[in-house]
Amino acid sequence: MLTVLLRILRRDLLLAWRRRADVAGSLAFFVIVCTLFPLGVGPEPALLRSMAPGILWVAALLASTLALNRLFAHDHADGTLEQMALSSAPLPLIVAGKVAAHWLVSGLPLVLLAPALALQFDLGSEAAGALTWSLLLGTPALSLLGAVGAALTLGARGGGVLLSLLVLPLSVPVLIFGAGAAGAEPGDATAAASLLLLGGLLTAALALGPWATSAALRIALE
Amino acid sequence: MTHLEGTTVSASHTLHTVRHAGGGKRWLRYAAPQSFFPLAGRAIPWLLGAALLLAAVGLYLGLVAAPPDRQQGDAYRIIFVHVPAAWLSMVIYVAMAIWAGVGLVFNTRLSSMMASALAPTGAMFTVLALWTGALWGRPTWGAWWVWDARLTSELLLLFLYLGFMALQAALDDSRRADRAGAVLALVGVVNVPVIYFSVQWWNTLHQGSSLSARGASMAPVMLHGMLVMTLALWAYAIAAVLQRLRCIVLERERHTDWVRQFYVESKR
Amino acid sequence: MSLQVHQLACARGERHLFSDISFELQRGEALWLKGSNGSGKTSLLRLLCGLGVPLSGEVRWNGQPIRQLREDYHRELLYCGHAGAIKDDLTAWENVATASTLAGAPCSLEQAVNALASFGVAAEAELPARALSQGQRRRVVLARLALEPLPPLLLLDEPFVALDAGAARTLCGTLDRHLSQGGMLVYTTHQPQLLKARRLEQLDLDRAREALAC
Repeated sequence: MLTVLLRILRRDLLLAWRRRADVAGSLAFFVIVCTLFPLGVGPEPALLRSMAPGILWVAALLASTLALNRLFAHDHADGTLEQMALSSAPLPLIVAGKVAAHWLVSGLPLVLLAPALALQFDLGSEAAGALTWSLLLGTPALSLLGAVGAALTLGARGGGVLLSLLVLPLSVPVLIFGAGAAGAEPGDATAAASLLLLGGLLTAALALGPWATSAALRIALE
Repeated sequence: MTHLEGTTVSASHTLHTVRHAGGGKRWLRYAAPQSFFPLAGRAIPWLLGAALLLAAVGLYLGLVAAPPDRQQGDAYRIIFVHVPAAWLSMVIYVAMAIWAGVGLVFNTRLSSMMASALAPTGAMFTVLALWTGALWGRPTWGAWWVWDARLTSELLLLFLYLGFMALQAALDDSRRADRAGAVLALVGVVNVPVIYFSVQWWNTLHQGSSLSARGASMAPVMLHGMLVMTLALWAYAIAAVLQRLRCIVLERERHTDWVRQFYVESKR
Repeated sequence: MSLQVHQLACARGERHLFSDISFELQRGEALWLKGSNGSGKTSLLRLLCGLGVPLSGEVRWNGQPIRQLREDYHRELLYCGHAGAIKDDLTAWENVATASTLAGAPCSLEQAVNALASFGVAAEAELPARALSQGQRRRVVLARLALEPLPPLLLLDEPFVALDAGAARTLCGTLDRHLSQGGMLVYTTHQPQLLKARRLEQLDLDRAREALAC
């Protein structure tokens, strides 16, 4: 059973590799949004430093939501999704493999880029570290949650905008705990507590997300 | 032995036969749209009457009988609409999720239609709660909007309602719309406590302004007033939802004989 | 082993495609679904897979409803739909390997190439599917039928479309072998094919709907 998950993961990574340009798009979006905020609020360093965790988190949230369209759309269009629904392996497992590949391609790069962008906002190294950890825990949760939205809106009119409308309100807890962990004073109890809560959300998303997503996929395939 | 009925198909009757549960549970008959329709029609005027009566009593209690607040004067009286509206917006969301879940699991059409009917009314109450919250905020805290935990959660609840309605509107197949909406509503209802908790957390983290107006204990008449207003709004909500549900039933079942019959009779 | 369909009804949006379809399929038997475009052949096949919930009626595998069997039933069937499940960015053999992985029996490169060879596209094994012609793509789709072992129930939607005579012969041979080994087949096609099934039934959905309308 694990072989199926790994093979699906490998297949999706292979496909993403062969379409590298698509993938780079959401990363570029992340960087652009982070650049827009200082242009909007002014370059004052103290202000930017205090806003940085929130800005980076919102940008990561938006970039991650933007990439969700790609998760099931191609497979749905060429009939592979039906084969996945008819597989002898449980559909939640296949979904988990796809979401894992999606995170590796769309979420992990954001995490890796975050320290560099934190420099742009003059965040201290401790704060940048907290931010990176929070993104590391938070972006998988966003992918898992977003997968449910992507499955629900498969082939629906209004596509990406509808997906954002559904996913963004549900992602608010992840945003709050993530930005809270990133923005707290180093050594403050709230930082650790926020990270723990974020971890809790990730665990819940891991347990329930693939299952809800497969239910939504089967509904979309009816 | 194989026999193919493909070549000699017996025409089945209309696919919308009323389902009769075995064992004579009469109320289950109303699970079919055809039986439910006239019943709802009869109930609506009574509910509206009850709503008007209760609203009159509630408003009297709130606007006249209750004493002015020591700090806020008469401005606080808006809570007699604000709090019931907020309560109802949350109750309706849960009810919507329950009906949608029932429709998903038991495959009953009317339950899903009920969920679709509940959504706009719930959204309306959320808007009412937000609007009255703003009206309350202006004289009390000097701002039209404050990012306190409750108001922010209400706003997010409004987005959840809008998302549900948008999803159902975007899917053409009514069956898929019902089932996808059900999954969304169930995911939402599980998330609502999480969202509420996280917003509270966020608020205390950033030292939100102290605006729990129910700091001191409330005078009993205020509590009575709010309860009566809640019942009034609840009666109105049920009436509005039933009316909308009747419209949805007519639209979905427009190909059946009984709807055609109803249409012909209503023309006379 | 048997597939039983009991008073199946299906609707697509507002249109009622068919109702009261019943039949039973035993080992070695094939069922040919006929009907004009839009008569519900693909919908019926999908209902047999379990991809949709019928308006009424039931599909049973060995006496048990497929709704309850879920993955156990999926293990016993292979469905080739219209869309073919071919990814443009994967090579031909990678596509076959993915199909076998999803079927639960991952295959090696050699096995995938052999399967492609039996349908005459071994030379294109390393080419991305994007570079293949329509006929070659169809052969890659069908190559998964050459992977052993085949599940007992085959559900094929328009398998003969875009195939030349040679490929059609290979496909007939594969299906005949499957049926003679006790497999079952439900398929749709607009061309009459001669399969040596123990029993070859036909189900005409147009006639079924006409009988319902009057």
